[in-house]
Amino acid sequence: MTAYVIRRLWQMIPTLAGVILLIFFLFNWVGGDPAQVLAGKISNPEQIANIRKQLGVDQPYWYQLWVFVQQVFTFDFGRSWATNEEVSRILLTRVGPTLTIMVPVLVLETLLAVVFAIMVAYVRGSLTDRTIMVICTTAMSISFLVYIIVGQWFFGFILGWFPVQGWSESTLRNVLNYAPLPIFLAILVGLAPQLRLYRSFFLEEINQDYVRTARAKGLPEKKVMLKHVLRNALIPILTNVGIHLPSVFVGSFLLEVFFSIPGLGREIVTAVNRSDFPVIKAVTVYLAMLTMFVNLLVDVLYKAVDPRVSFK
Amino acid sequence: MSSVTANCAPPAMQESPGLWVLAWRRLRNDRVGMVSLAVVAAYLLMMIASYAGILAGDWNKEKGVSYANPSFLAGAENLEAKEVTQRDFAPKAKPVDLSDIDPLAPRYKEWEERAAKIAVTEVKRAESLPFGGDKWGRDVLAKAVKGSEVSIFVGLTAALFATLIGTILGAMAGYWGGKVNDFLEWFYNIFTSIPYILLILAFAAVFKRGLDTIIVILALTGWTGIYRLVRAEYIKHCGREYVKAAQAIGASHFSRMFVHILPNASHVILVQLSQHVVSFIKAEVILSFLGLGVPVDMVSWGTMLAEAQNELVIGKWWQLFAAGASMAILVTGFSMLTDSLRDALDPKLK
Repeated sequence: MTAYVIRRLWQMIPTLAGVILLIFFLFNWVGGDPAQVLAGKISNPEQIANIRKQLGVDQPYWYQLWVFVQQVFTFDFGRSWATNEEVSRILLTRVGPTLTIMVPVLVLETLLAVVFAIMVAYVRGSLTDRTIMVICTTAMSISFLVYIIVGQWFFGFILGWFPVQGWSESTLRNVLNYAPLPIFLAILVGLAPQLRLYRSFFLEEINQDYVRTARAKGLPEKKVMLKHVLRNALIPILTNVGIHLPSVFVGSFLLEVFFSIPGLGREIVTAVNRSDFPVIKAVTVYLAMLTMFVNLLVDVLYKAVDPRVSFK
Repeated sequence: MSSVTANCAPPAMQESPGLWVLAWRRLRNDRVGMVSLAVVAAYLLMMIASYAGILAGDWNKEKGVSYANPSFLAGAENLEAKEVTQRDFAPKAKPVDLSDIDPLAPRYKEWEERAAKIAVTEVKRAESLPFGGDKWGRDVLAKAVKGSEVSIFVGLTAALFATLIGTILGAMAGYWGGKVNDFLEWFYNIFTSIPYILLILAFAAVFKRGLDTIIVILALTGWTGIYRLVRAEYIKHCGREYVKAAQAIGASHFSRMFVHILPNASHVILVQLSQHVVSFIKAEVILSFLGLGVPVDMVSWGTMLAEAQNELVIGKWWQLFAAGASMAILVTGFSMLTDSLRDALDPKLK
């Protein structure tokens, strides 16, 4: 187990180096001269030369890469080009609102999807099952944007149950007042595809031999489903949650844009619009690192869920 | 539809039906599959007609009043249009006579005469349009058709490029193995360790805006899933007898990779292609909505939805409905076609 984790950590190094190279290539090479972006309409060559010097763009590429690597490991990406705010401060202050929205979404969505999926799988083939599947397919084909626009308009504007958008300093007010509508809409959108997927996981397990054996020895269907099928279907479900876990930190950037939530997702979209490279670089590198660790965590968790798994 | 039948006609071997003939037969028996194929074909025809200018060529013309009502709601009150038409254009106060100090005063008369010679045709703006109008009085139905053209074109082209990249890299990794495989796996790990949407946004940050850019971005970020599946297919097929036989008769590496193995992996690729069209259309809509997609002089479902957000508050729901519904129908059709294709091409999966 320890040997496995160490080996996996060791394997992360080339991948991380690749991510750093990719981002460096994108922003320092393809992205062109940032001084031009920054200087905007100012055509004073002296000023541009000054900015270039400040950013270190006049240095050779290998030196710029070295600076970037240092930035990654000292957690110091300097200041935002647009607002002059420290990048590390931006990241730290924006993570809170994003997690306030996304953690409840992830937990509730997964729980609801698993519960509904096992219920639908229990009545598989029936009219209820087929009706729910048709509803899911239809719900999945409508754009996320339509859900948000209509939901915000209906619940916020027409019914007035929730504020149309906004965010406050107090966590309690955020959770009670501003967060429920975005959370509800995110779950509404995410439920259909997950329900369909998890139902297929359950159905796959139901056709296995061990289920037949369990039934043959006289276990009631409920016990078969909750004890045998559920535990085995948890493995692919865990994988699926693991895949989605890193994007929890980007949040649903669409929700954040619509509801004016000062989270990481909205920060990234603004940064992209303003060509604020340091912010995008920092977020991308750290989220890539996080993704690698989450993948490792999920693989270790397999062992807890399924004792048959052995670390090679 | 015609392209599918063309592919299916076997050139010489009449004795036993090939994979594609069998798949086509299975698809023909699948009623859902045929309906969704018809839906997708209808959209493609619409796209071609719109590209050729037969349909919705005048989507940019301001034909109606601002927020013109849909024909079926022609009688409804339209406050926004009234505001514009009722505005008094004549100046309120009498203009002060400045002709004695205005150096241009002597020429005003001449200019007025010249201006009068230019024929100005007063455009009669329609009170209602088939499916309503947007803020500038453009026909929403025409916009939806034109928007479909842009969105489907982006989705299809990007999916084709992504499939091409994924197939070539996957074939190389699976066929050669060893160092090539290690290198490509490293490459794959880099791209998949960055959350997908963040990767798209990072690419969008450094590229300029434009239709070709968004295709490039989607293709460069979306090849990973196809690569992985194609690689697995190649690893599976590489050791099979027919590949060894091909080697024995002196077929080159290239010929073995793309003439012998590729047709056997093509069903996987086709299903992936169809799946990626849907996800790229969705991605394009979101990017265009954020203003990172198609340029301002074009219309896509995403830009329509961006306008619709403000229109809904004043009760003009038709643009939202037109864009949302035309997208939902295509996405449903395409997803069901993908499922049917998978069933038809790989009956074991069922």
